[in-house]
Amino acid sequence: MNGYRQPPPLQKVQSVKLIDILVIGAVLVVCAFTYYRVQFVLAYHWEWDLVFQYVVRIDEVTGEIFPNLFLKGVAMTLRLAFWGTVLAAVIGVIMGLCRVSSNLFLKLMSRMYVELVRNIPPVVFIFVFYFFISSQIMPLLGLDDLHRTASPELVPVLELLFGPIDLFSNFVSGLICLAIFEGAYITEIVRAGIQSIQKGQWEAGRAIGLSRFNVQRDVILPQALKRILPPLAGQFITLIKDSSIVSLISIQELTFLTMDVANTTTQFFEAWMITAVLYFAMCFPLAVLFQRFERTGIGMQH
Amino acid sequence: MSEENTPEVSSDTILEIVGLGKWFQDFCALWDINLKVRRGERVVVCGPSGSGKSTMIRCVNRLESFEAGKILINNKEVSDKPADVREIRRKVGMVFQSFNLFPHKTVLDNLMLGPIRNLKVSKQEAKETAMLYLDRVHIADQANKYPSHLSGGQQQRVAIARALCMKPDMMLFDEPTSALDPEMISGVLEIMVELAEAGMTMVVVTHEMGFAKQVANTMVFMDHGEIVEVAPPDEFFSNPENDRTQLFLSQILSH
Repeated sequence: MNGYRQPPPLQKVQSVKLIDILVIGAVLVVCAFTYYRVQFVLAYHWEWDLVFQYVVRIDEVTGEIFPNLFLKGVAMTLRLAFWGTVLAAVIGVIMGLCRVSSNLFLKLMSRMYVELVRNIPPVVFIFVFYFFISSQIMPLLGLDDLHRTASPELVPVLELLFGPIDLFSNFVSGLICLAIFEGAYITEIVRAGIQSIQKGQWEAGRAIGLSRFNVQRDVILPQALKRILPPLAGQFITLIKDSSIVSLISIQELTFLTMDVANTTTQFFEAWMITAVLYFAMCFPLAVLFQRFERTGIGMQH
Repeated sequence: MSEENTPEVSSDTILEIVGLGKWFQDFCALWDINLKVRRGERVVVCGPSGSGKSTMIRCVNRLESFEAGKILINNKEVSDKPADVREIRRKVGMVFQSFNLFPHKTVLDNLMLGPIRNLKVSKQEAKETAMLYLDRVHIADQANKYPSHLSGGQQQRVAIARALCMKPDMMLFDEPTSALDPEMISGVLEIMVELAEAGMTMVVVTHEMGFAKQVANTMVFMDHGEIVEVAPPDEFFSNPENDRTQLFLSQILSH
């Protein structure tokens, strides 16, 4: 002991070992082999320029740049993800409360909802629900002729928020499908959040004479929502990816439009690689951002 | 507490437990509990862990349901109708072993929540009441802090003040000092002694025998879900009747 409280010496920085070199080498070999197969065996003819035109279109006369199908798809996917999360969160909170309710009917109903969604493949679920929603619910909402009835000043705002107005009812059906689907997962997140609050909190609230409703609103939910926030953010990223399944019911989001581009150009590799990069570009920054929130503990005080 | 400042214990019964029985599945947690508490009386309940002390007082404000017997408060039987139960909870304050303050609310908001939601008082009035009781538990200066910034002893004093804000007729204490560091205990006990001196009816589950000797009018000893002995503290400590009481006291007072 030298009299000072010195910190222990720093851990040695990780160094590159033989195994690392071997792994990197193996990966490079696989890449080279794939390149060889595509280039010389498959003799694939790359036409990046052709496909890039579908990302942005440059007007030959004026030189102006317009977003083309890929970017329109990205916008649509983000709209779906955003509204889908909002709607799914509403469903999730209501159903989550039902899950922990003392009322048997509410408990059974929410349990059934969750189990139904979780035990049916998403694709099957989407098809079943889409045909039900589009044929039964959409006429009820009367959104089919929104593009005729909406006032002209409102149209640009609506288009920014919900995409092309003539496809509005189509968008809403896709959105509802997605929200019902993701809502089941958020229900479980909410239920876990509520149940993670100590029983003592509930008892303390009841002991000062609060009603069940008031304990839930004033004591349990505010604490539960703070704990729910990080997994909910993760679910938002999942929803961006899951939104690709609504391409199956012709919602014109990124995956649907990519199929379009791939079919028209027949350049499948380029089209799908661009789409992969676009999805990654949407999800990865969000993942990093949410991780940072979680570390710095936004909404986690007290 | 010396004789001259001992508040009067009136003759009317505030709490009566008759033939109370409770089971957790097959396990009988309480069996044929009978107890009368008069207004202004201070009852200290002791006994080995698992003897049903906490369960008994939790039955009083219906945090636990029970299968047999009845509980009367102010000579009126408490049904399990939600409105009745809430009415009782407003009249009977409770302090928990683990404080159970609301961590997302400031100390002041912890105290104001009950009165605002139940007694339909204005915010201003609730705040004045809250500050009054915070002052009584000697932590008025911590009003705007969050519970996590307070020591255990301070948190328990806030919890006592929170219960008092509902202006209860009687208070239940469920091992209020068991979760505290030793140096925090005296501060909490001091508050409880002051409360007793002010004439509050109290039922206290505790192992603090010094406190019991100081404030109790009645000692209750429980074992295996039954009340084994009820006696005034002088008799209870000097000349316990029951063997089990003697054994328990010899164990708890030997150190």
